Amino acid sequence: MSTTNNGFVKGLLVPGLPQPLLAPEQNAGWSELRRAFAAAREEIVACKPDLLLIYSVMWPSIIGHQIQSHPTPTWVHVDELFHELGSMPYQFRIDTEFSEGYRDAARDRGLTASCVAYHGFPIDTGSIVALKLLNPDNAIPASIVSSNIYADRAETAVLGKAAADALATQGKRAVAIVVSTLSNRLFTDFIEPEADRIHSQKDDEWNRKMLEFLAEGRLEDVAQLSRNIHEQVRVKKVVNFKPMWWLSAAMGAHNNYQGKVYAYEALYGTGGAVVSLNPVEQGVGDKEFDEDDVDFWQGDRSVLNTEESTTSSMRLSPGPNEPEGKPS
Amino acid sequence: MSNSGQIVAGLLAPHPPHLVYGESPPQNEPKAECGWENLRWGYERMRADIEALDYDVIVILSPHWQTYIGTHLLGVPQFKSLSVDPIFPDLFRFHYDLSVDTELAQAIHDEGARSGLVMKMMTNPDFRVDYGTIVSCHLTRPQWDRPIVALSSCRANSYYSTEVMQEQAMELGRATRRAIEASGKRAILLASNSLSHRHFTSSSDIPEDMSQEHVTNHNQYLWDMEMIRKMKAGRTREMIDVMPEFTDHTVSETDAGSFTWMLSALDFPSYPAEVYTYGTVIGTGNAVASWIPSKDMRP
Ligand SMILES: [Fe+2]
Repeated sequence: MSTTNNGFVKGLLVPGLPQPLLAPEQNAGWSELRRAFAAAREEIVACKPDLLLIYSVMWPSIIGHQIQSHPTPTWVHVDELFHELGSMPYQFRIDTEFSEGYRDAARDRGLTASCVAYHGFPIDTGSIVALKLLNPDNAIPASIVSSNIYADRAETAVLGKAAADALATQGKRAVAIVVSTLSNRLFTDFIEPEADRIHSQKDDEWNRKMLEFLAEGRLEDVAQLSRNIHEQVRVKKVVNFKPMWWLSAAMGAHNNYQGKVYAYEALYGTGGAVVSLNPVEQGVGDKEFDEDDVDFWQGDRSVLNTEESTTSSMRLSPGPNEPEGKPS
Repeated sequence: MSNSGQIVAGLLAPHPPHLVYGESPPQNEPKAECGWENLRWGYERMRADIEALDYDVIVILSPHWQTYIGTHLLGVPQFKSLSVDPIFPDLFRFHYDLSVDTELAQAIHDEGARSGLVMKMMTNPDFRVDYGTIVSCHLTRPQWDRPIVALSSCRANSYYSTEVMQEQAMELGRATRRAIEASGKRAILLASNSLSHRHFTSSSDIPEDMSQEHVTNHNQYLWDMEMIRKMKAGRTREMIDVMPEFTDHTVSETDAGSFTWMLSALDFPSYPAEVYTYGTVIGTGNAVASWIPSKDMRP
């Protein structure tokens, strides 16, 4: 039986590019990833969760954090880059109650958060790939949360903790699914599928180091390395490499996990891996973590306006009678 | 060129969905009381200016069709669907029905490929046209009675640098010009981008509450004004020169390459732009402007 951490019975890391869903037969590595999705699905089914919660780096948001809450989002999706691989018709089953609870929990921790429940809202390729391969029959309801382009570590960690709050409030057990590649540098020219490989040796070495840690269950160690990972192997589209911050804050910021790497393969130059993390009583032990543990989001800090600001969200430090780390 | 095709106008035509929401056309599900009038009225003045130009086709490069491998072009003659803005789904759920000049799209594709650019035709009929294309085209030509050619934004700015992005965008601009000239068609070009692009990260309860609207910060505003001064002075090559700093300092949507592409296609006008308006949308800076070669009255 699996132990739960913060209501999470399991964490998964999966890549969001569409090749394993739409064209696994074109490349041995892509079909290996497809098999890894299937193995991860078996793990999910075995632990009988109430909910799959997806954090996708391929869903960027700007106005705070968005959470999908349409009960049955339905569409025929086409990837904006790999449109030639074909269309992705989908209908998903969303746990609206959880999505709304997650929004409320996020707001309680000081975040801007909203639900989206509009017909035709564009669900990102990565979330579609994950749900179609991990939950093809919609047996388990899902929820999806966006990745804010301006959010950095503190805000992302608080967002992770809010997910655990919502699970606790509703008494639900969830599998956390992070949709992200490891290194994310694509080839910038079209390649023949059989020519796929990790874009550079440096990317490959970093990917293998991350996977070595994850295989040992060292989730928080990887999370603590996020800034280095961003610097070394991420194309700078957003402020930082955040998915491991979200996952460790949601599941528990420590190294007490049992990790399994199902596959690691190239996806058009990027590093795609399917990894599962199961909470256990004891792992490799905690290291000395440099990064703060943050419970509440107090807003952007304006480093330009050093004079007293008009809004509480602009303050550089807590007010005089206010305990550190609490919302006003 | 032997054929009489030409670019009859290049427009800076940004795509905040708020402007369509403010106008409340029948295609858009959400309706507004009002909002962002200075920008919407600027678009009205732009429309009046280009009305007399007698153009056949609108060619647009949008930052919201993001391709990390090359430049893609819509290659299906007709698209009809619902566009829902991923950031502002409460404001923009637009039923579009548009036609594509696939012949000109293919010609631009071929010219670009001949120049060594990575080019790709998009031929999947289920593809959803990006909301940047739809907003800018609607605000430029609400009648939707002209075919469009839509180009994606190659994200070379992220993968390499603004300098590399600009080299590619300028080559693409030259290829676009050659293809239009050979086509015999009269085209207007839309650079669908904001200037400074730092958004607010929260929104007001009433989206069209204009008491909440202002530029995110003063340095973004100063940069926007510097760029507009150059536009009004016809110093477009200088704009290319400062684009790396401008794009970096204002996290500008010029990273998409649309502005650089359009200026290059016009061969870097040295006559003044007509700047119809400048205004902000959730903190980002937006100018509506035109370069119309036939209005260049210099001897
Ligand atoms: Fe935009």
